Amino acid sequence: MRLGFLARKLLGAFTTVLFVVAFNFFLFRVVNRDPVNSMFRGRNLTKAQLEQLRVRFHLTGTLWQQFWAYLGQLLHGDLGYSLKSSRPVVSVISDASWPTLLLVGTSTLLAMIGITIGYRAGWRRGSAFDATSTSLSMLTYAMPEFWIGMVFLGLFGAGLGWFPVGGLENPGSTATGLSKLLDQVHHMILPSVVLAVAYIGEYMIVARSSMIETLREDYLQLARAKGMRDAEVRRRHAVPNARLPVVSLSAINFGFVFSGAIAVESIFSWPGIGQQTYLAIRGPDLPMLQGLYLLIAAAVILANLVADLLYGVLDPRVAGR
Amino acid sequence: MTEIHPDIANGTDIAVSARAIRWQRRRTATRDALRRLRRDRPALVAIVVLVVVAVLALLAPFISTHSDLEAVNTAANPVWATPGSHFVLGTDNLGRSVALQVLWGARVSLFVGLMATLLTVALGTLIGIVAGFFRGWLDALLMRFTDWFMVIPFLPTAIVLATVLGRSLWIIVFVIGITSWPSTARLVRSQVLSIRERLYVDRARALGASRTHIIGRHVLPNVAPLVLASSTLAVPISILTETTLSFLGLGDPTQVSWGGMLEQARDVAAVTTNRWWYYLPPGVGIILVVLAFTILGRSLESVLDPRLRER
Repeated sequence: MRLGFLARKLLGAFTTVLFVVAFNFFLFRVVNRDPVNSMFRGRNLTKAQLEQLRVRFHLTGTLWQQFWAYLGQLLHGDLGYSLKSSRPVVSVISDASWPTLLLVGTSTLLAMIGITIGYRAGWRRGSAFDATSTSLSMLTYAMPEFWIGMVFLGLFGAGLGWFPVGGLENPGSTATGLSKLLDQVHHMILPSVVLAVAYIGEYMIVARSSMIETLREDYLQLARAKGMRDAEVRRRHAVPNARLPVVSLSAINFGFVFSGAIAVESIFSWPGIGQQTYLAIRGPDLPMLQGLYLLIAAAVILANLVADLLYGVLDPRVAGR
Repeated sequence: MTEIHPDIANGTDIAVSARAIRWQRRRTATRDALRRLRRDRPALVAIVVLVVVAVLALLAPFISTHSDLEAVNTAANPVWATPGSHFVLGTDNLGRSVALQVLWGARVSLFVGLMATLLTVALGTLIGIVAGFFRGWLDALLMRFTDWFMVIPFLPTAIVLATVLGRSLWIIVFVIGITSWPSTARLVRSQVLSIRERLYVDRARALGASRTHIIGRHVLPNVAPLVLASSTLAVPISILTETTLSFLGLGDPTQVSWGGMLEQARDVAAVTTNRWWYYLPPGVGIILVVLAFTILGRSLESVLDPRLRER
């Protein structure tokens, strides 16, 4: 990989982060110049108390001074305080991160079954298998993922009673060790399957179309002419070459770990980033939302950078340019 | 402006106006596209579904008044009535007819879906044409900006904007439009880059045509079909986004929408108490409309781009 390529991508990601930071700051400020006033409206605070709150939330000085103060805070890993719980935003986020990483990570891996299905469908384009899987992927694409969650919860949770209707574990559970783990797995099955169903279509479509793209290549013709069996041509020549877009899609999708489950977490009362986002919208708890947005955006930008670099490694033609 | 038809070389002296040639070509292209569409059964079904939904949505004010949706528990409007002869789809926790809510919700979905797409396409086309046609530092700046918007996650950005700006249908339209124009901008730009190098643009330029003339007469008409297909595919995304925003409580509180119904269903625990008639119908509505637009968009795309036809 050329150094110039690496530097260009790094610089691109860096400016994007700066853009998001500026956007994040000015959006919340420009729309609402004096958040303290609106947050504590009707609380009958004295001028001195309001002033104190402004100092606490870094709302003194001109907008530019505030922006510099905000940048300084960010560099120290300080995202301010949640209005709801008065806890530091950073600690709320780190508590909520693990359940989300677990849930979305699991479902993203599950959804990758779609890649295999997509390759097969593309390989045998026009077959009944292709028609069925393509229609199904369009159908899952058309369903809001939280609605899939509601239907699954209604059917398998409330209706059939196979799965608990929400949460990370049974409330008031004192179980430890293996039984605690099994309880958590039991709670996670429904939401992770729902998310997997929601994501699977995209993998299928991308894998299928990149396989179809590959089918036109001459080297497949050559491999067949050499007398290779069909399955072997697919495995040895077609799939490796159809892998590129799929790898980059997977890398990008891992960037959505924090934002992928906002609505679904709220259905399953899953105590993660999504639920915190939902609560912050409902509040509205603006400092919390600001911090969450930064985290979500940063994860996506990072994943895009990784995807770009991976592409450069896997396809030297890209990095050479 | 009159051009001499090539037939003059054969000795037949026919002068055909450029306009006539243009219309002739358009007629052939339209007839061709329609013929292809007639053979495309899924696209026809999609059109029928969309027409039916649109007609029902437009008829909603004639079938019922909006105040029917504000009914509270009365003898005539019992709460949680199961689907049956009186209420086709039952009633909700306040005794409101679910069927009427679905009907009124279709208006919001279609309105937001179409309006947001219009804004997206207008912004994207404008930025794409300006960047592609004028090149230089303006192009570099606009594309940097587009790249930023491409990378930052679309839904969270929409959520943050909607939370800060307030709750109304127009704000949702604005929020979706402002976050989803980049892909259209890129598409249009790449198309413009290839069009501006064509011979007929050179010819127009040599004849002293102004930039507005070239953009209006040569660039826009050539970009339009592509934009049409991509905007048809942008409608379902707008509708799904509106649904998610409403579900998260960012919808217009004065309007019944499909996402808002699902939000309400979750809030009153319709799912865990097995009141399926409250949360299934709005979902089915969303799926029908989104699928129809997706199928239509894909088939438009393949009509306009022959390379996609074999897929």
